[in-house]
Amino acid sequence: MLFTSYEFLGFLAVLVVLYYLVPKRCRWMFLLGASYLFYALAGTEYLAYILFTTVTVYYAALRIERNADRQTAYLKEHKGKLTKEEKKAYKDRQKSVRLRWILAALLLNLGILAVVKYTNFAIANLNGILHAFGEAFGKGESRQFSFLDLALPMGISFYTFQALGYLIDVYRGTVRAQRNFFRFALFVSFFPQLVQGPISRFGDLSQTLYAEHAFDKRQVSLGLQRILWGYFKKLVIADRMLVGVNAVIGDPEAFQGAWVLVGMFFYALELYADFTGGIDITIGIAQTLGITLQENFERPFFSKSLKEYWRRWHITMGTWFRDYIFYPISVCGFMQKFNKFSRRRLGEAVGKRLPVYLSSFVVWFATGIWHGASWNFIVWGLGNWAVLMVSETLEPLYDRFHQRFGAGGTGYRIFEVLRTFLLVSALRTFDCYRSVPVTFRMFGTLFRARNWNILWDGSLLGLGLSPLDYGILAAGTLLLLAVSLLQRRGSVRERIFAKPYPVRFILWYGLFLTVLLTGAYGVGYDASQFIYNQF
Amino acid sequence: MEELMEILQDLHPDVDFETEEHLVDDKILDSFDIVSLIAEINENFDIAVTAKDILPENFNSARALYALIQRLEEEA
Repeated sequence: MLFTSYEFLGFLAVLVVLYYLVPKRCRWMFLLGASYLFYALAGTEYLAYILFTTVTVYYAALRIERNADRQTAYLKEHKGKLTKEEKKAYKDRQKSVRLRWILAALLLNLGILAVVKYTNFAIANLNGILHAFGEAFGKGESRQFSFLDLALPMGISFYTFQALGYLIDVYRGTVRAQRNFFRFALFVSFFPQLVQGPISRFGDLSQTLYAEHAFDKRQVSLGLQRILWGYFKKLVIADRMLVGVNAVIGDPEAFQGAWVLVGMFFYALELYADFTGGIDITIGIAQTLGITLQENFERPFFSKSLKEYWRRWHITMGTWFRDYIFYPISVCGFMQKFNKFSRRRLGEAVGKRLPVYLSSFVVWFATGIWHGASWNFIVWGLGNWAVLMVSETLEPLYDRFHQRFGAGGTGYRIFEVLRTFLLVSALRTFDCYRSVPVTFRMFGTLFRARNWNILWDGSLLGLGLSPLDYGILAAGTLLLLAVSLLQRRGSVRERIFAKPYPVRFILWYGLFLTVLLTGAYGVGYDASQFIYNQF
Repeated sequence: MEELMEILQDLHPDVDFETEEHLVDDKILDSFDIVSLIAEINENFDIAVTAKDILPENFNSARALYALIQRLEEEA
């Protein structure tokens, strides 16, 4: 059930009304039922997957916590009676028990994710290698494995990461395990964030998810307004832009040179409107229900560097990779030894950077492949890594340049923002062309482009977008920009909320009519899937 | 504490670590800084700062970081 479907709007309307009708203390249970219904409507065969993750992570977390509590009690009871060595040996034994539990749960859940998401990618690569060997050794037809018919359960990348984040937090002792199985099941399955995140932390979400929420007109209004804003981004901008993106990117033979730049910017804006719009709908639904979800974006296109961009785009995914992959790898025993070794052999300056670069490589490889089982995403991830590492290495040089030429004014900041936008858009192109070689070839044609006239000679009208569409896109993009600028001084919705009723009515009713009249739907039109839903 | 201050000053000579209380919250220290810092601390204090210790409250100020080091030294 797509967020953009009429069925979903019906589902949501009924849900919100019933939610506030059931007694306050039962509302989280009602949400659990609604979440499972939402999931079952996507495909009952997927229920087994989410249930498996819920049960295994719930049980492993309890076992880990029970062991840790027992250790604390034992050490308290035997305080002053154990030698230092005995204490250490006891702690090590208990730690290995906890480690076994967490490893088993991680392997099982990441194993399932790997099987459903990456098996066919592995088969395709294996077939490629076999084919290459066959050609090289002149054997003619090489053996080829057939692909498996595996459907990707909805939101598996998101709920698996969310559940495993909880498990690692319990293992680290930063949160207490949730003893009530049904409450934990709601944490894993809370339906608004199943589609495309945000990836919540148990410590944050549990504060608000199980609380008894009374009907609060202000929260409900603000939530509904945010949902409307999300639909505006998705239906008016992203889905309209999609027509242009599909035309340009879908036919690389016909659309080369300057067209690549057009496709690149269209895709960057489409992805932004699609993903941030989807998250607006998600957070808006939660707010309507009285639940606060973590923000996933902080005006990312205002970033002055790629590093800053990644702190402001898909924040919950970035911090997940940082806290659960980058830090553990960077500070593990092996990496500490490698740090000493590389500093001794390569000198302080290079030696101390090498381990961090290596950990980052793992993180960006994982980030790439998390987004999709294809080389496009891997190259995109590693492309980000390469740019980030080069920037990190050259940072002292940049600092000297900035000091020497006094580059800190508004003009220079705007240049930095535009440069980052260009860089992000160029890297993103890797995940929309059908393969990596095609992407490189297209970039090649861009540098040899002789067809810049397409930008003004009316060729843009041949992409399936009318002058009215371009007008709507231009106005919509300007509105996004204006709202982003206003957001620097706090929530725009809250400021509108403080205005007199007629002003509020005109603004929100105007937006509602805009979505209704200019949204990309109608007879024969199927509002498209959210891009991040496929990840 | 002096040894720690030296490590911090080497990492960011422009920051006043005596007074700064929001090193992580204000994004003065990023993830790369934290990892470099841990490598230095582990070597100089002969302790093992692990991923579970990487919480903003342990890295927001030099004082908090020193408290973490002392705790890990006691536990070692």
